[in-house]
Parts: sequence; C-alpha cells; structure tokens
Amino acid sequence: MSFNWLFVLEVTITGLLVGLMYSLIALGFVLIYKASGIFNFAQGAMTLFAAFALVSLSAFLSLGFSLVGVLVIMVALAYVVERVMLRPLVARPALALFMATIGLGFFLEGVAQAIWGTQPRGLDIGITETSYDLGGILISKMDLFGAGLSGVLLFCLVWFFQKTRTGRALRAVSDDHEAALSVGIPLRSAWAITWAIAGLVALAAGILWGTRLGVQFSLTLIALKALPVLIIGGFDSVPGAIIGGLIVGSSESLAEVLLGPYVGGGIKDFSPYLLAVVFLWARPYGLFGREIIERV
Amino acid sequence: MFYRECGNYKATYREDMAIFPIPLDKWGIFVILILAFLVVPFLAGHYWLISIIIPFLIFSLSALGLNFLTGYAGQLSLGHASFMAVGAYASVILYSRYGVPFLPSLLGGGLVAAVVGAIFGIPSLKVKGFYLAVSTLAAQFIIHWGISHSRWVSGGSVYSTVNTPDLYIFGWLVDTSMEKYYVALVIVVIMVLFGKNLVRSQIGRAWMSIRDMDVASEIIGVSQFRYKLLAFAVSSFYAGVAGGLLAFLYYMAANIEEFHLHLSFRLLGMIIIGGMGSVLGSFLGAAFIVLLPIFINRLVSGWGALFPVDLLANLELIIFGGLIIFFLIIEPLGLARLWLTVKDKLRLWPFPY
Repeated sequence: MSFNWLFVLEVTITGLLVGLMYSLIALGFVLIYKASGIFNFAQGAMTLFAAFALVSLSAFLSLGFSLVGVLVIMVALAYVVERVMLRPLVARPALALFMATIGLGFFLEGVAQAIWGTQPRGLDIGITETSYDLGGILISKMDLFGAGLSGVLLFCLVWFFQKTRTGRALRAVSDDHEAALSVGIPLRSAWAITWAIAGLVALAAGILWGTRLGVQFSLTLIALKALPVLIIGGFDSVPGAIIGGLIVGSSESLAEVLLGPYVGGGIKDFSPYLLAVVFLWARPYGLFGREIIERV
Repeated sequence: MFYRECGNYKATYREDMAIFPIPLDKWGIFVILILAFLVVPFLAGHYWLISIIIPFLIFSLSALGLNFLTGYAGQLSLGHASFMAVGAYASVILYSRYGVPFLPSLLGGGLVAAVVGAIFGIPSLKVKGFYLAVSTLAAQFIIHWGISHSRWVSGGSVYSTVNTPDLYIFGWLVDTSMEKYYVALVIVVIMVLFGKNLVRSQIGRAWMSIRDMDVASEIIGVSQFRYKLLAFAVSSFYAGVAGGLLAFLYYMAANIEEFHLHLSFRLLGMIIIGGMGSVLGSFLGAAFIVLLPIFINRLVSGWGALFPVDLLANLELIIFGGLIIFFLIIEPLGLARLWLTVKDKLRLWPFPY
C-alpha cells in the first residue's frame, strides 16, 4: 500500500475540525467545574435534551425563534437544577455532587425520551453535506461550519470569563466559595448562571452533533468522549479543553485510518480513553491543569 | 419491644468487635438463612427463582464488591460492569475450553478480574475523585472493545457470545431453577460472610481511614497505594465472581452486551440507594433496583393500556435518576441507614423517653 500523504493530511484536518467540536463539549464540563467544583456528568443528557427540544420547536417555529425558545428552556432547567438539586447539596463532598449529576443525567434522558420518543430525528439547519476541494484535500462544509461555530463560541466564552465582571465573579466563586460570598458575590445566582451557560453549550453541541448524527440517544455518548479531552487538557483549563479537543479529534481519526485495518476497526470508540489513561499515569493533571500539591 | 438490646454489657474487646454484638441479630441472621435455604426455594416458583431471586443474589454480590471500593475505600468506579465482564468471560472460557471444574474456574474468573481491576486502579496512586472516575470509565470502554474485538475470546462466534455448556458441580448436573438457586445462594453466603469479616478487619479499617481522610491515614502509616490497589483487586474479584455466576446461572452465556456502561451506573445506583459503606445496603439496593422495573410494570399494567410500551423504560430511567438524587440529598447513607433508624425507634417503642 502506497502511503498517501495527502489523504493523511485530509484525515488530520477533518480530525482537527471534529476536535474543535469536542472542545466545545469539553468546555461545558470545564465551565461548570471551574465555577462550582462539580463535574457535570449530565452534560450529555443536557445535549440530548436541548437537541430534542430544538427539533420539536423548529417543527412549527422558524429556526431563530426556536433557538430562543430552547435557550429559555435551558435557562429554566439550570434554575430548577440549582434550586432543587444543588442547593441542598452545598457543602457536601464533591463525589456526592458528582453522583447527583449522574442521577440527573438519567432523569433527563428519561424525560427527553418520554416526551420525544426514542426514534432518531433529523435536524436540518440549512447546511448541505457538500465538500470543498482545496488542492486535492476534501473538507466537508458541515465540519467547517461546526468548527467555525465552536471557535466563535469558544472565543466568546473565554472573553466572558476573562474580561467581564460576571465572568470574574464566577471565577472567584470557583476559587473559594466562602471568600467569594464574603466579598458579596451571590453564590446561588453564580451557580445558576454557570448552569445556564452549560445549557447554552449543550444547545450548541446538540445542534452541531445533531445535524451530523441525527438527534438520538447516542448524543449522550458524544459527551463521554469529552472526558478524555478533559484529562488530556486538564480539568480546570479553558485552553486545555481546546488543545485537548484538537488532540483527541485528530488522534482518533488518524488511529482509525492508520491502525484500524490492522486490528479490526472501532478504534475510535476507545483510543481517546487509552490516551487519557496514559496521561493519567504520566501526567495526572493534564497539559494545562492546575496541579494540586498535597504535602504530607 | 420487638428489638431488645438491653443486658448488652461488653466487657472485652472481643465482645465489642463481635460480628453480631447483639444476640437478636445473630438469631435474625440464622432465621433469614434458614428461610433462604429451606423455605424460599419451595415457596417461590420457577419464574421468581430464575428471573428475580437469582439475579438479585448475584447483583447483591457485585454491589457488595463496588461497595468495598466506593463505600468503604472511597474510590469511585464507573467501570464495574467491565470487571464483571472479565470475570464472566474468564470463568466461562476456563470451564468450557480448558475443562477446569466449575468452582476453580469461577475462582479463576474472579482472580483474572482482580488483576485487571488492580491495573486500572494504578492511577489511584496519583489521582482521585473525578480523575479516577475517568480512569475506570476508560476501563469500561477499553475492556468492552478488547473483548468484543478479540478472536481468541469469542472463539469466532458472532457478537462475542461464549455459550456455557451444561454445568456440572462435583459430577452433579445443575439444570433446574432450584439447583441454580442453591449454587448461587451458597457462593453468595460464603462470600458475603468473608466480606463482612473483611471490612471488620484491619484491612477494612484501613480502607475507611483512606475514605475519611487520606492524608491523615497516610500519616498514621496506612500505605495508600497498597490499600487502594487491594480495594480495587478485592472489589473486582467480587465483580468477577458475580459476572461468572451471572453467565453460568442466568444468561447461560458470556455476552459483552450485557455488561454495558449502563450496568456500571445501575450498580452505582444500587449502592447509593441501598447505602454506601454497608453490607446490608448492598442487598437492599440490589433488591430495589432488580424489583423496580417489575414493580413499575405491575403498577402500570394495572391501569391498562394507558401508557405506551417504551414509556415504561423511560419511566424507569426517570425514577432511577430521581431516586439517586433523592437519596443523595435526603439520606446519603441510603436504605440501610433508614433501617437502622427504624431499629432505633423500635428499641424504645412504645415508651420513648
């Protein structure tokens, strides 16, 4: 087999574009982790929920209006989650909160499928599945659009967290709940805002992945793909989420293409995890994560 | 009135550390065992034994294993189902391809699972909490892929299913539901007794010290690495044996699709709802999760065809998720703690202070 460099380049670029979409999902995790110290396992279910809501709303509303509608739903959901689940769990071990989000994930999956059924739905946002030809390298329009949208959102979020007053308040909350409270930052609204942003990210991820794969149960699994991204980039780092997403996206498509024929395919499903385990052994806090030093 | 603890004066450490400090508890356990051995198999029909009681026993064993790791040693695992899968495949392959007798192959399956579990527990030396959870999640995906793609494991069959041949124990063919029940019961009783003693021992206390405060426990000389790895190994051993039992007695085959990520979460749900750090809780939680779908089915079928079929599965998801959140908020120690509360109330009933 002659080695086709052009093909490898094409796979790498596609992988990088997909990776940017992973980054977007990973960012949903990072934001909540930074602002509340919670690892939100329900992000996948939220993505599914948002995508289903968008599909059903866009059946009788224009795309713009239904986007606004879903956004309202996600903000309301964030408020309810804060009110019902997070508030009673303040000051409990992080592990308890983590398991609560697992419960929330099951709950949302059940609700989403009870309302909208288990049939995959198509989501059409007017992007056709065509490809651009750049000097022999084929790049899908959908991938380009997804990566572009992810890039813009990533930029906005980073700007929001670094430059705005609210964003700084949220970062203060993540540093130290009590200190933030004592300088007058309302903890509850900070958490509600964080979860609302996570809902926004879930909506964006739901649109992007829903148009690619159809809106269905496996969207929740896409969110699990974001976990290796987090391990590689570091849990509490926004640049880490972006770089980690790019690494995971490109490495999994390359592994599938280069190694897949030898071991029987399906490498994509677990190669990011393998990479993550290697990172856990060698560099547990990821590329950009804040290393927590515990002296004994 | 029903529950007496008076006259319970402990004079020695031996009495204080006894497995059942109160005589009534001891008799209670004996009564339950006698019921389990002599009454249940004759009262329960084939359907109950095969599709409810045997899975309940096996899942209790597996939940107990997870409870060692999560409830006692404080290390979260999201890949427990994959360790069950390793045990199931290893024991079935040992039995059917290498002619190893049933009990040694079950033990072998458990040991293989223990080694695999310990390997994925290595990151626990450096990381904890979510990071460790991701490592165990990685175990789930990697093992799933490894088993489903390995020619050697599946023996070339489709869907990586390895069927179990007829089960002989000491030359006795185990094929009726009652015989299967006894096999499961005996193994579960032995392993639970061992587990109960394990958590009372020095090892169990070391685990609990790691759970409660790892830095302090390291200072007083508890080797974190050794005991964390031991927790992973023991917990995976229990999972492996439970997986083997599941394959031999329930599914009649080792099939990777039965050990999905979903099962890992169900096991986690069992110990959250049943009670973390409690042997009794593992049983209560397993009973709850096994009975929940059946209960929902009965409840809804009473209302006739009001609900479409796939709503039931979703209703189960909703109730399952809701209950996890509910128990975490209201009663973090689960049903086992509720049972203790009832006992405390009964102790003084009907004349509370």
